[in-house]
Amino acid sequence: MSVNYSEIGLKVGLEIHQQLDTKTKLFCSCRPKLFKKEPEITFIRQLRPTQSELGQIDPAALFEFQKGVKILYEATKETACLVEMDEEPPHDLDREAVEIALTVALMIEAKPVDEIHVMRKTVIDGSNTTGFQRTCIIALGGAIITGEKKIPIQHIDLEEDAARKTEEEGSTIGYRIDRLGIPLVEVATAPVLYSPQEAEKVALAIGRIYRATGKVRRGLGTIRQDLNISIRDGALIEIKGVQELELISKVIENEVQRQLNLLRIKEALKKRGVEEKDVADEFVDVTSVFKQTRCKVIQRVVKEHKTVLAVRLPRFGSLLRMELAPGMRLGAEMADIARFWGRVGGIFHSDEMPAYRITKEEMNRLKGFMKVEPPDAVVFVADTLENATDALKGVTQRARDALKGVPEETRGAKPDGTTRYLRPRPGAARMYPETDVPPIRLSGERLEKLRACLPELPEQRLKHLMEEYEINQKLARQVFDSEYGDLFEVIVGETGVSATVVAAMLTETLKALKRDGVDVEKVADEQIIEIFRLVDSGETVKEAIPEIVGWLSKHEGAAVRGAIEDLGLGMISREELELMIEDLLIENRDLVEERGKGAFGALMGMVMDRVRGRVKAKLVSEVLRRRLNESGGR
Amino acid sequence: MRKEFAGYKGRALQVLKKAEAEIGDIIRITRDKEAYEGVLIPRSEYGDDKHIVIKLQSGYNTGIKITSTTNIKKIGTGTKPTFTPPPLPTQKPHLPKVAIISTGGTIASRVDYRTGAVRPALSASDLYSVVPELSQIATIDAEILFSLFSENITTKHWTETATTVAKHIKNGAAGVVIAHGTDTLAYTSAALSFALQELSVPVILVGSQRSADRPSSDAATNLIGAVKAASTAPFAEVVIAMHETISDKTIVFHRGTKARKCHTSRRDTFRSINTTPIAKIEDEKITMLAEHYQKRHPSRQLVLKPNFDEKVALVKFHPGLNPETIESYIEKGYRGIILEGTGLGHVGNYCFPAIRKAIETGMVVAMTSQCIWGRIDMNVYDQGRDLLAMGVTPLEDMLSETALVKLMWVFGQTKDTEEAKRILTQNTANEFSPRTLLKEDE
Repeated sequence: MSVNYSEIGLKVGLEIHQQLDTKTKLFCSCRPKLFKKEPEITFIRQLRPTQSELGQIDPAALFEFQKGVKILYEATKETACLVEMDEEPPHDLDREAVEIALTVALMIEAKPVDEIHVMRKTVIDGSNTTGFQRTCIIALGGAIITGEKKIPIQHIDLEEDAARKTEEEGSTIGYRIDRLGIPLVEVATAPVLYSPQEAEKVALAIGRIYRATGKVRRGLGTIRQDLNISIRDGALIEIKGVQELELISKVIENEVQRQLNLLRIKEALKKRGVEEKDVADEFVDVTSVFKQTRCKVIQRVVKEHKTVLAVRLPRFGSLLRMELAPGMRLGAEMADIARFWGRVGGIFHSDEMPAYRITKEEMNRLKGFMKVEPPDAVVFVADTLENATDALKGVTQRARDALKGVPEETRGAKPDGTTRYLRPRPGAARMYPETDVPPIRLSGERLEKLRACLPELPEQRLKHLMEEYEINQKLARQVFDSEYGDLFEVIVGETGVSATVVAAMLTETLKALKRDGVDVEKVADEQIIEIFRLVDSGETVKEAIPEIVGWLSKHEGAAVRGAIEDLGLGMISREELELMIEDLLIENRDLVEERGKGAFGALMGMVMDRVRGRVKAKLVSEVLRRRLNESGGR
Repeated sequence: MRKEFAGYKGRALQVLKKAEAEIGDIIRITRDKEAYEGVLIPRSEYGDDKHIVIKLQSGYNTGIKITSTTNIKKIGTGTKPTFTPPPLPTQKPHLPKVAIISTGGTIASRVDYRTGAVRPALSASDLYSVVPELSQIATIDAEILFSLFSENITTKHWTETATTVAKHIKNGAAGVVIAHGTDTLAYTSAALSFALQELSVPVILVGSQRSADRPSSDAATNLIGAVKAASTAPFAEVVIAMHETISDKTIVFHRGTKARKCHTSRRDTFRSINTTPIAKIEDEKITMLAEHYQKRHPSRQLVLKPNFDEKVALVKFHPGLNPETIESYIEKGYRGIILEGTGLGHVGNYCFPAIRKAIETGMVVAMTSQCIWGRIDMNVYDQGRDLLAMGVTPLEDMLSETALVKLMWVFGQTKDTEEAKRILTQNTANEFSPRTLLKEDE
């Protein structure tokens, strides 16, 4: 289905977050690094919603707290100190991070603020030990230029990254605080992007500016894109955490579909004459209906003396299963909301029945019990009475929202480009000053210094790559967009391997390996440099690189020479090669006699099959040609 | 007038006055080709006079420099934020009655909505309303006694606090909780330990290391633990209730005379020195850790001795200490000096004449150790024996801060040197521990 985006009034704003490659974190001297081993330190906290500046308490936050949610934090000594544990006030704002953010600001001609004021943005899901994220505006205004169009920028922020969630089990949520405090720069555009393609293009352009600074971290999760999407008559939806650039347009397309279809559902409900007051919070205990059920989930609940609680959604039948966007349905939206409010595993609804071993007979009995008639729908939940009640309250609220169209909410992006409900949109008054960090004045002198040594803009850098390294435009662009730009220059500078080979290897080869499921992220820069050093010194050949990278991804931190040895890729010496070719000529005496020098192609193929990755093809052809000449002369 | 321009001075104040803009107003600042719009926000008193702070529509604050081309225009009157505490939960009259006395400090503080500074402004009843769980534990009788940062608390506040606690006990409180800043919390707890004798119910001092306006504050968990213990704990002593570890899990109760603030910022800053905490609470369950303690006994008659004499000094010995320091106390008519000596209880022999002089003029000079952990013993080395011979009173394993408070209290009871020495060395509130056990964390 093709959509005319300008007709439906699509507006997209981007917030692109990028981790900075600083020596330390934003508010302390810890290394900005993630740990993989077992945690050395664990501690438990509870976050209590507090009143905002306006004396209000965020209802969603209060609710979470009342559910008794506990947060288990994990840390190592290398990656976290008392600051991340909220056991010590923040230190001064990291100068290096401020300078990188200012560099970004100046590159897009934004106006740095005169005085930086660090703010606290309330976040009480546990991702920040303090219960707030520290953030500050570094510059205002500026523009990103893509083709003809000038996209206005609202602000450039510097903020601390959050802890990363590791698990959620019952009422305990696990987080690792290694990522907490890594500096992030954020560029936020005005909501002036009118198509999915345009949004993706602008995101790419912002990403290129970041990379052009040469001071950003790379790898999965180091750049995260948040999208603010709205259409006419729809709602402003905030979608968090799109990790891949290529997903942006798909996420937007899906969100547009979702909103359009929610509007269709609104129309359908209107036609059916459903009003808000019809959707009542009348929850019925229907446990007795399922006494003999074969449905595993319900069986367990009945056994544990918990409850199956049901609610009637008047004239909602068939709408719950209507596809909003690929893989997204109103029923699933309700399930996510039920999970959030009720901490339940999910919901059952009549539109998907019979399923989960719930029989038609049970459904009929349920409908009779609930006095449900077509086209009504029934939603039921199996859990403790308290959780089930909270879950169904979420469901009926969502049903009432469906009568109004699209509810404002915060959604999370999934790797397949669909999204799911995360939480209600936070209230406006969630920012207050971080009093532990005094305001920082930005002197004109400091800005002039930065302005004087700004890095090349992406287009200049591209030209520079092509000219200095004599690679074609396609390769140059790939190198630049690959996040391996700096590594490329290091390798070409340090080794004698040709720039084209290095470029192709860092882009096409690694990409192909990634596609084949090789975890390329696990191979460190140092290891990649070492591979090229060994290619340069003749200890291995470029044809062996994919195999070596594959091996290294499975043996984290191992030596490159270890890969060569383990894979049997040790180089064949010239003497060995001479002997091998001599044997080959004897084995294929008939062929040589028959075709003379014309046998070269066939023989070359045979030798290469035996020695691939262990000797340079050039040397093979040289030796073979000479030997053939010699034998021909005999 | 000043209030309306909180924090602004000089040039900045001038331009704001000219524009007739007050805090909370929406203003538009133009400068050359730039324009900014936002709500005028107060400025830190320590900021310069060249910037104006506004809250942008995005919620962020930013400081804007005033130059000769800056123009400020008031374009609207903003709504001034007001703080409305949530309604008080309904009290359950059958629950034990607990008094909460607020003296100030982080536990009773919150962010000033206009300046963002942390201020000791939250009343005890506010505390109660933002920690509604308390209504499930006790009926609360709240009283704001002071609003002081704890470093501003002096002996007269100890007297007033002790008297107030006595009043609440007399009125039938099942326990008394005192909210107090952590910096000098241990001094106050020692003072109350001496001033309130023959307690019938627990008196629990509680503080917090993170202000109550933060979602991660330890104030609520500490307060809940304190109120729970005040209402039901089996002991009747003066204690400090704070986090045991950096987790929001267990609250420990340190004896009032044996506790010390040992970390500038951690939640578990308080330690029981040379002893274990008296009790702890986890998942609402109280476990006694001390073998011997004074048991709760409602009919026991409180003995109130709330007087202190400030003419007592705490002198930390260090290499090169000028003996004139000690002599100046003699000249100023001080009644006593607590020495914080090195190791087992020593000071350099160049201080001996001054110490001898102090004792000869009738001052009490007593010895504690700057090691913090362990007991002094002045018989091991010559110089210790010399000090003993001079008449320096050894104070075993008493904390130097507790010793200071005790000597102040002693002189509140008597002015007689010999009687003072007798009371000082008598174990009054577990300030001496007869046995020191091996502990892992020391």
